Amino acid sequence: MSQPGTIVINPSAPVRQRAERNDDERKGLTLISAPFFYALILLAFPVLSVVAHSFWTQNYLTIDYSFTLENYRVALTEPLYQQLLLRSLRISLTVGIATVMLAYPMAYFISFYGGKRKGLLLFLVTLPFWTSYLLRILSWKIILGRQGALNTALMSAGIIDEPIASLIYNSNAVIVTLAHCWVAFAILPIFVTLEKIDRLLLEAATDLGDGPLLRFLRIILPLSATGIVSALLIVMIPTVGDYVTPRLVGGSEGIMIANAIQSQFGRASNWPLGAALSVVTMASVALMSGLVVVVIRALVRLAR
Amino acid sequence: MRMTRAIGRYWLAAYALLFMLFLYLPVLLISVFAFNNSAVPAFPLAGFTTKWFGTLAGTVPIHQAAWNSLKVALFTAAMSTVLGICVARAATRYAFRGKQMIKGVIMAPLILPEIIVAVSLLIMMLRLGLELSLVTVAAGHVLFCLPYSISVLVAGFDGFDRSLEEASTDLGETAFGTFWRVTLPMMMPSIISSLLVAFTVSFDEFILAFFLGGTSPTLPVYMFAQLRFAAKLPAVLALGTVILVVSILLLIVAETYRHRAERRVKFEGN
Repeated sequence: MSQPGTIVINPSAPVRQRAERNDDERKGLTLISAPFFYALILLAFPVLSVVAHSFWTQNYLTIDYSFTLENYRVALTEPLYQQLLLRSLRISLTVGIATVMLAYPMAYFISFYGGKRKGLLLFLVTLPFWTSYLLRILSWKIILGRQGALNTALMSAGIIDEPIASLIYNSNAVIVTLAHCWVAFAILPIFVTLEKIDRLLLEAATDLGDGPLLRFLRIILPLSATGIVSALLIVMIPTVGDYVTPRLVGGSEGIMIANAIQSQFGRASNWPLGAALSVVTMASVALMSGLVVVVIRALVRLAR
Repeated sequence: MRMTRAIGRYWLAAYALLFMLFLYLPVLLISVFAFNNSAVPAFPLAGFTTKWFGTLAGTVPIHQAAWNSLKVALFTAAMSTVLGICVARAATRYAFRGKQMIKGVIMAPLILPEIIVAVSLLIMMLRLGLELSLVTVAAGHVLFCLPYSISVLVAGFDGFDRSLEEASTDLGETAFGTFWRVTLPMMMPSIISSLLVAFTVSFDEFILAFFLGGTSPTLPVYMFAQLRFAAKLPAVLALGTVILVVSILLLIVAETYRHRAERRVKFEGN
């Protein structure tokens, strides 16, 4: 390529870097395009079509495509749906807070005292999360039932004479079951942020005279706030739309919005209303998540 | 000072133990009652039996449902791992615009309420005139399992040393040869781990299978339907025990491979 007399100049570093970056860009996008299109076709488009359906009307077996907000009026003003939505939000918030409170000390224990067994402990804690969700809910139906494991165990131990009826078929049963199902999932983000805390900071705080409690409140807790927020969100958002738990342990007092959505796609066969209920559920859980983030950030600022 | 720390540690350890009990006892009860010689799951226990497991062997619909689950889970594991490899490789190896947005869309099923995902897919599939079957279930499961596969694979691919591939290219390997003989063997443990995790998640998944399965039930859908009949409960518990044992074994193997993947990348990479 180089003729005699010409000087071969290496491409300067910035040019080479730019070429490399373009090459990276092309290769990266090519690689990720197949899974991206898969997710677009099976997730983004379907979700958009749910949003579209929410503005249409069901006419017996056909759908009327003229734009209407009627489904939203029904979804937001019908007392039944209002009640189900508020209950679902309340349950998911309670479950979120309960799982964080249960998970935090465990994550703390693994991070600070796990030693060489950190990996093993994390695995043991998350293992049940990966096993059948249906079976974990079923186990609570067996425990909480009127003639269930807890009541019969307490009776044969002579602690109670009559079975306690209020254990199952209400929203508390749903909260306990969901908290048990999701607690393992909440540990991970908290653990990750605890791991990132520089242990020297803690020594510094101790040297400067902070006791263990102050040190926890002023350093560890604020520094792990992002983990707490992620844990809250990854528990709250999925649980608001839980279907099986209310079906199996909720009874009529514990049914949630997902049960109403399902019936619009099943027996009631009113897709547009079901779609509007889905959109309202997503929007309200997004709103609640936003509020939770704002509140926790404010608390962290206060703690500092 | 040291005293309070020691006390704090003691309480935390006690808490950790209680936490583990809370986590495992309910699940363990399923297996306890599966071996209990009584038609209702209640205390005191009525003696040991394996007869509920015997009924499993003789119930044809269970075999059908198990076969359905197996087919779906095998397909899902393969597809979500192949797609997951693309994402994990692109995410750990290349910088490109829109990376966070694209990853966000792909990972979304992990945090969206599952009922929303199920309802959206149901609407689209029925609108497209597709018949609900195991194929539609598998399509949904790939979407649902992909984020799990990606998490496992990214952990294994992260920290992978590029210079090994460069060395291979410099020594005259083709791009494909480098991938086949250098990249793939290094990534094998996390690939196996992803296959096992996706298989387990698909095998245990209920909501999507319930909405998209039409008349072909997977095992969880079959079990859910049986819950309406109180007399069938012990058999369901026996079936549940088998599923739990298989899931836990698969997950332990997956974890071993994941662990090995991380160690291998760290050891050979650096």
